[in-house]
Amino acid sequence: MQRARLVVIGNGMAGIKTVEELVKIAPDLYGITVFGAEPQPNYNRILLSPVLAGEQTFDEIVLNDRGWYATHGIHLHTGKEVTSIDRKRRTVTAADGTYADYDRLLIATGSTPFILPIPGIDLEGVIGYRDIADTERMIAAAQNHRHAVVIGGGLLGLEAANGLNARGMDVTVLHLMDTLMERQLDAVAGRLLQTALEARGIRFIMGANTAAIRGDEHGHVSAVALADDTELAAELVVMAVGIRPNTHLAESAGLRCARGIVVNDTLQTFDPRIYAVGECVNHRGTAYGLVAPLFEMARVAANHLAEFGTQRYSGSVTATKLKVTGIDLYSAGDFHGDDSSETIVLSDAANGVYKKLVIKDERLQGSVLYGDTTDGAWYFRLMREGRSIADIRGRLMFGERNLGDTGHLGQSQAASMADSMEVCGCNGVSKGTICAAIKTHKLITLDEVRKHTKASASCGSCTGLVEQILMATAGADYSATPRTKPLCVCTERTHAEVKQAIKAQHLLTIADTQRFLEWRTPNGCATCRPALNYYLQTTWPREAQDDPQSRYINERAHANIQKDGTFSVIPRMWGGTTSAHELRKIADVVDKYQIPTVKVTGGQRIDLLGVKKADLPGVWRDLDMPSGHAYAKALRTVKTCVGAEWCRFGVQDSTQLGIDLERALWRMYAPHKVKIAVSGCPRNCAESGIKDVGIIGVESGWEIYVAGNGGIKTEVAQFFAKVTHAAEVLEHAGAFLQLYREEGHYLERTVHFVGRAGLDYCKAQVVSDAANRRALYSRLRFAVDGELDPWTARANGAAAHEYASVTA
Amino acid sequence: MNARPSQSLEQRVNWIDICALEEIPRLGARVFARATGNIAIFRNADDEVFALDDRCPHRGGPLSQGIVFGRHVACPLHNWQIGLWDGKATAPDVGCTAVYAVHVDAGRVYLDLTPTDA
Ligand code: SRM
Ligand SMILES: Cc1cc2nc3c(=O)[nH]c(=O)nc-3n(C[C@H](O)[C@H](O)[C@H](O)COP(=O)(O)OP(=O)(O)OC[C@H]3O[C@@H](n4cnc5c(N)ncnc54)[C@H](O)[C@@H]3O)c2cc1C
Ligand code: SF4
Ligand code: FES
Repeated sequence: MQRARLVVIGNGMAGIKTVEELVKIAPDLYGITVFGAEPQPNYNRILLSPVLAGEQTFDEIVLNDRGWYATHGIHLHTGKEVTSIDRKRRTVTAADGTYADYDRLLIATGSTPFILPIPGIDLEGVIGYRDIADTERMIAAAQNHRHAVVIGGGLLGLEAANGLNARGMDVTVLHLMDTLMERQLDAVAGRLLQTALEARGIRFIMGANTAAIRGDEHGHVSAVALADDTELAAELVVMAVGIRPNTHLAESAGLRCARGIVVNDTLQTFDPRIYAVGECVNHRGTAYGLVAPLFEMARVAANHLAEFGTQRYSGSVTATKLKVTGIDLYSAGDFHGDDSSETIVLSDAANGVYKKLVIKDERLQGSVLYGDTTDGAWYFRLMREGRSIADIRGRLMFGERNLGDTGHLGQSQAASMADSMEVCGCNGVSKGTICAAIKTHKLITLDEVRKHTKASASCGSCTGLVEQILMATAGADYSATPRTKPLCVCTERTHAEVKQAIKAQHLLTIADTQRFLEWRTPNGCATCRPALNYYLQTTWPREAQDDPQSRYINERAHANIQKDGTFSVIPRMWGGTTSAHELRKIADVVDKYQIPTVKVTGGQRIDLLGVKKADLPGVWRDLDMPSGHAYAKALRTVKTCVGAEWCRFGVQDSTQLGIDLERALWRMYAPHKVKIAVSGCPRNCAESGIKDVGIIGVESGWEIYVAGNGGIKTEVAQFFAKVTHAAEVLEHAGAFLQLYREEGHYLERTVHFVGRAGLDYCKAQVVSDAANRRALYSRLRFAVDGELDPWTARANGAAAHEYASVTA
Repeated sequence: MNARPSQSLEQRVNWIDICALEEIPRLGARVFARATGNIAIFRNADDEVFALDDRCPHRGGPLSQGIVFGRHVACPLHNWQIGLWDGKATAPDVGCTAVYAVHVDAGRVYLDLTPTDA
């Protein structure tokens, strides 16, 4: 069968990213032809600035060499500018007559530097800053000439000025506005930047209105004249006043353009056979000039070209970083703010540090960081996720490190880390390994780094650090992850969308859910199936079918798998209490099944380790104690202290309340594990301060805290409510947990759930609204009362095939 | 399509009848116990049956205990994804576990213990 023909116009960053994504997911669908006006293969345009500054060579910034095109059977025409598109005959033709027929066409022509309409722009030595040819001309000029004038004090202009300055030229920057990079920086940061660049010897004329460019008798530029008649000597003039989407080809083909080729959310132009991505595009009224959004577009376009049709591009939030070595600058979002927003500013002039955060409705709207950009990626993440910052507001300015991240010794200055230092503690990945992978495999997104190195793929607490390393190594922040994350690679849907569909459509099985939501894979993967199974169970308790094959082995076998393939058994000990009778049974079981290790856990109960899988049903039968669910995303332990019954300080009966809570809430499945503790007085011997629900007895009743976590990253629980009676504790705790069960994303612990939903929201749902609290609690009761003890059932022969092997 | 032996089915003489297809849960596995190391017998949603050494090429995790999807299983220990038909880890992970020929005939599953050189 003849393959469909895809022609790509533009061998730049967005076009080739689309092709890369496409051949990854649909390698055989198209015969691909690429036209590029530049003679070089595809390179990383962002890194032209380090090339100009002499920090990198062209070879180092090539993204795909000719071999890559050959390997994928892609026909590459370099140095050939396409001059016409015939949409009726579906043919494109280049200036030299080369032509290609297409079934689908992808336009990715980028943009062109905007050239001021003033006299003298045609003189030799007047250039824009866009490609490697421009860069080489600047490098050559720096060898032969002395004076350079850069018109425009934006990102490109300053990177050009810095590079030329580093190559020994006398550089003057002319800027129309009063402060530099006014579209990315506020006035304070702009001035700090100006001072730092002046210290390197670059001169600035602000409020400068360029009137004309003068030339010598050979037609070469010699000076720049300002409106106030000042004249500046110049043998090189770099015009960096902005970019224009490169649309003339598309326009001449009759495609609708308006400050960019107009595309819809699937990156199609008005001719559905023709797609467009990159800087040449106008999507929902915005033309982007940074790589991160273009790469998001590329992924969506590839998805549609591959005929999956499951993704949509809905616009991007962007962040900017200036690539001038030695100057740390980061800006994202709306950093000006307005009447309805508030700002937090930190200004430490002595150390050259300035930070400004703009907050609206308890969400971060924008940020400007100067001098210390360590937390840029973190702020960007907070912004993109739209997470409520109410709970961390007081510490927000001091960065992620100061939120209590003890896991990494406060080390998050990616740049200053030694290569041997460990970044990801879960998977033992060092900084050097990550850098090497980024370089060898030319990785550009966080997801790719995760796939190749496993760094930040487990607990995720080092995500920020990995993003920074990516930024530092790959040259710029183009690692932006999509704003709303799909549940897994099998779908475009987010957790919220999946839950919504399950509820609205009354879906009861995984297969129906996948069918309804148009899953890309026949039966999902190890990430989505457990999540779907959980959502079905909590949305339709006693109704949705449980699918054991979609549960992780621990929950399928009801015991915790060990590194050697044996299992561990932890029975319930209500509130950490036990008896001679239970201890005797445990001792007998240990002897009978020759269990190698017996250990007291950190959760106040006893663990039998190294049980053979085939022995599990027998162990449970002989123990005759309920499951401790130590293997499940479910209620784990309720730790208690001795409390008022024995302790000389105790003011409340914490042991009894703990037992009551555990008896009421056990068999409760949740998005992640749930741990509770009850202490009898504020000395807090049960460590209630780091539990999902922590309760502390006080003279007049009980204080309830939520969203603590004692794990990977210690998080102190936050005050939730104060009540008088034990029964009220049960209802409040139960209702809070039901809210978490219903609204939490699978594998999100309470601390992350509350961080996302907002503590105030949870209080409004549970504490101040008594009717809603009762409704939540009764939904919890309905679900939990329908669950049986899994061990009893299996001791009596249920799911026997799970534990027995087959024999010949 | 159930077996991927290097020789044709007829040439093989060592078929052992191990269980009924129905005894393996769909999207699940059973363990065929053997003194020299267990073999995991998988069944996917299309009722294809596969047999691999029950040892993950990473650190020996019991693959039979993993989640089966498509023609892959995710190892229960550290989530490597192993191809059921070729025993190979999915990139970027690298490694391979031995594959055995299996076939299903009249609802019975037959296993050949000579490893294939697939
Ligand atoms: C047995 C026990 C250690 C012990 O010997 O004391 C234990 C053992 C494991 N813990 Fe734990 N944790 C144990 C108490 C804790 C505690 C302390 C506590 O519960 O008071 C914590 C910190 C409190 C918390 O969870 O907030 C704890 C924080 C973790 C974490 C980090 C969770 C987090 O959100 O940061 C993990 C990883 C995870 O769940 O993804 C984990 C995971 C594990 C796993 C299940 C790893 C795994 O997935 O296989 C370990 C199983 C070992 C095995 O081979 O059986 N364990 N683990 C403790 C069982 C308590 C119990 O009776 O149920
Ligand atoms: C010096 C510099 C520094 C930058 N720094 C950053 C940064 O730090 N961070 C960031 O996010 N972004 C940065 N950018 C912007 C980033 O490089 C662009 O957003 C990105 O390259 C745009 O990708 P694109 O594919 O749309 O266009 P391009 O990469 O420009 O690709 C378009 C290609 O199409 C070719 N072409 C055009 N018309 C035709 C035709 N008719 N026929 C054939 N070929 C044609 C062009 O020659 C070009 O090669 C920087 C840009 C420059 C110039
Ligand atoms: S028991 Fe917990 S802390 Fe100990 S090694 Fe296992 S996961 Fe780590
Ligand atoms: S042992 Fe299988 S993934 Fe580690």
